[in-house]
Amino acid sequence: MSDLKEELKGKIIEQLNLEDLTVTEIADDEVLFGDGLGLDSIDALELIVMLDKDYGIKLADPKEGKAIFESVNSMAAYIEANRK
Amino acid sequence: MVNKDFDIKAFAYFKDGKISLNGSVLYSSSETELPEILKDIYKKLETDYRKFFKMDVLSKVAFLTADMLLKSQNLASEENDIAVILSNNASSLDTDRNHQNTIADKDNYYPSPAVFVYTLANICIGEISIKYKLFSENSFFIFEAFNAQYLHAYANQLLISKKAKSVLCGWVNVDEEKYEAFLYLVNETNEKGNHTIAEINRLYNN
Repeated sequence: MSDLKEELKGKIIEQLNLEDLTVTEIADDEVLFGDGLGLDSIDALELIVMLDKDYGIKLADPKEGKAIFESVNSMAAYIEANRK
Repeated sequence: MVNKDFDIKAFAYFKDGKISLNGSVLYSSSETELPEILKDIYKKLETDYRKFFKMDVLSKVAFLTADMLLKSQNLASEENDIAVILSNNASSLDTDRNHQNTIADKDNYYPSPAVFVYTLANICIGEISIKYKLFSENSFFIFEAFNAQYLHAYANQLLISKKAKSVLCGWVNVDEEKYEAFLYLVNETNEKGNHTIAEINRLYNN
């Protein structure tokens, strides 16, 4: 699981162009949207595409995204449970 | 044609790895690849703005040039009554190609939302407006070549009709590795009265 979290942090930085951040600066439980990393709605769409492209997971209900993308912890747990 | 003598208060260029203000080169980059040049100039301008890294190349070129020019004007932190009229001849073609690359392969069809949102040239005006809280009128025009006459007439009309106190005008063009930005700020004052078609062309061609 910890490998997956590190992988996710790297992908988040690369896919969302967070060039001023490093993997070590993102805490596992840091809030990704709002006051945390400050991601926006376009970032959310990028994360949905990333789940599909890299882990074969299609979000059937976009409303699920709010809980899934809350933090790296929640993303990793969801991927572990649903990856193909 | 509306004629009145307003002032060109400041002008800026970004081309060939050099960014200049009112004719003086402020920063230059020794990098050779455009993405690295943009990153280098961004660091030198010391603009702490995380969203910069998310922008497409056209927006980065426009943003850096406008940032340098507007920083020099000591603007109020709240709404700045500045209209924005930009132009180019490649529209958003550079980003359009990037988007096309993400959808060209039917077996690897993953359009990127972050790329797609920049497939309009006027998005770069939005990026400048967000950073500097500009809520006035804005437009982006596609011309064959730099069109001083059109920009002059439009800026004059906005100032005479009191739609804005200043107008940020210019040309921001990006096509693959080729890029060029020339921006100038027209003010409603008439101390110098140098907002003329001849002077705009002279500054652009310098």
